[in-house]
Amino acid sequence: MNFFSDELWRVKVGLAEMLKGGVIMDVTNAEQSVIAEKSGACAVMALERVPADIRKEGGVARMASPKIIREIMAAVTIPVMAKVRIGHFVEAQVLEALEVDFIDESEVLTPADEENHIWKHPFRVPFVCGCRDLGEALRRIAEGAALIRTKGEAGSGNVVEAVRHMRAIVGHLKRLTVMGKDELVQEAKRLGAPLELVEWVAERGKLPVPNFSAGGIATPADAALVMQLGAEAVFVGSGIFKSSDPERRARAIVQATTHYNDPKAVLAASAELGEAMKGLDVRQLDEKELLQTRGR
Amino acid sequence: MKVGILALQGDFEAHARVLERLGVGWSYVKRAEDLGGIDALILPGGESTTFLKFLEGNGFAEAVRQLPAQGKPLFGTCAGAILLAREVTHPPQPSLALVDVTIERNAYGRQMQSAVRRGRCALKGDPMEMVFIRAPVIRRVGSGVRVLGECEGLPVCVEQDNCLLATFHPELTRDTTLHEHFLCLAGKP
Repeated sequence: MNFFSDELWRVKVGLAEMLKGGVIMDVTNAEQSVIAEKSGACAVMALERVPADIRKEGGVARMASPKIIREIMAAVTIPVMAKVRIGHFVEAQVLEALEVDFIDESEVLTPADEENHIWKHPFRVPFVCGCRDLGEALRRIAEGAALIRTKGEAGSGNVVEAVRHMRAIVGHLKRLTVMGKDELVQEAKRLGAPLELVEWVAERGKLPVPNFSAGGIATPADAALVMQLGAEAVFVGSGIFKSSDPERRARAIVQATTHYNDPKAVLAASAELGEAMKGLDVRQLDEKELLQTRGR
Repeated sequence: MKVGILALQGDFEAHARVLERLGVGWSYVKRAEDLGGIDALILPGGESTTFLKFLEGNGFAEAVRQLPAQGKPLFGTCAGAILLAREVTHPPQPSLALVDVTIERNAYGRQMQSAVRRGRCALKGDPMEMVFIRAPVIRRVGSGVRVLGECEGLPVCVEQDNCLLATFHPELTRDTTLHEHFLCLAGKP
């Protein structure tokens, strides 16, 4: 792709590279951000309500107030991310003016545009975007996302959707590698993604940006599961601060993410954790209650 | 020869890709036991606060600290450089204290100030492309430390004995000068 050698692009993807193997934790105030940093988080996501509360309380979910984000930025030395509504490029301009380190154009907030995502290339701050399949991932990258995460089902405490989405992406990447050039033309059409990008990915069997997992990770074993399935880092939203002992759980998920291939380490991390968040059976949710279907 | 890469968190894969390109064997190091059988160790970029969570306890940090005295060089980039510095500021934090410099974390600012810059390296004639990401700045250089690289008037790459430290990310460029120099320190013919 023509923009892959741009210096700004390289610096954006560079920060995403630095987050690999780590845990990015949702926090709603400075106190929680300090707990996250002390527990070994590689970044925090500043927001007003965690997804489980957004789900419960309803209403329009918007970008967090700059006051909260500023307090979190002042409290920790690790990168601070914040969420904007899908398509709300002015919220993104505001977060850039605030100098957050990463912007999450997120389905967890109420979409501002039901057709278009933000054109992310002109921003100096990198963006992360959610996706459920390879086509969605490639469209977001074409728009300028420097990091991709699976959507999963945020605030559910249920890893099933994160697994579904990671398997969909990794499986599709594998299938692309055995396709001929002639087949890729139709495949690009089916994916709804630029042919040039599809060809790049087919040649290498991987995305041009890091691929993280999010949406329903609640236990150390959940984190190790998505890592073994191909995630390069994990976002944990409600799973930490909706559990009975957030600090211990945060530390445990950090340990399990680094040592995801070592069952004994995951076992050690899983011991004496207290209660996980209760969680939802995603099958019992109405289609209109799903967050993952926002944005395409 | 086998080079270990500390793989607790961060851009350890980018370093592995460089070593692949140079045809050198490597392995990831996630615990003290993984240090056996390696001839040198790279401390990559990432979050130094996260690295410390894993290094503290179990004698892991001490085992890494002993490597240079055993003739096994260390190379730290960005967060890895912070771990090697004698003194860390902004805020102060523990380190391996192997290179006599004072290093200030996030000294350029936040991600908005991350950039590809051009600097000078004593090992190379042409200007060197340097990728700085939320990078630290070396504020004091001790007398036994040799400055190898400078950028915009600041020392950005230094070495002391067999420890090499860069505040930028050579692993995110095509320039393998510093990795090759590091392999020489490790005794690669």
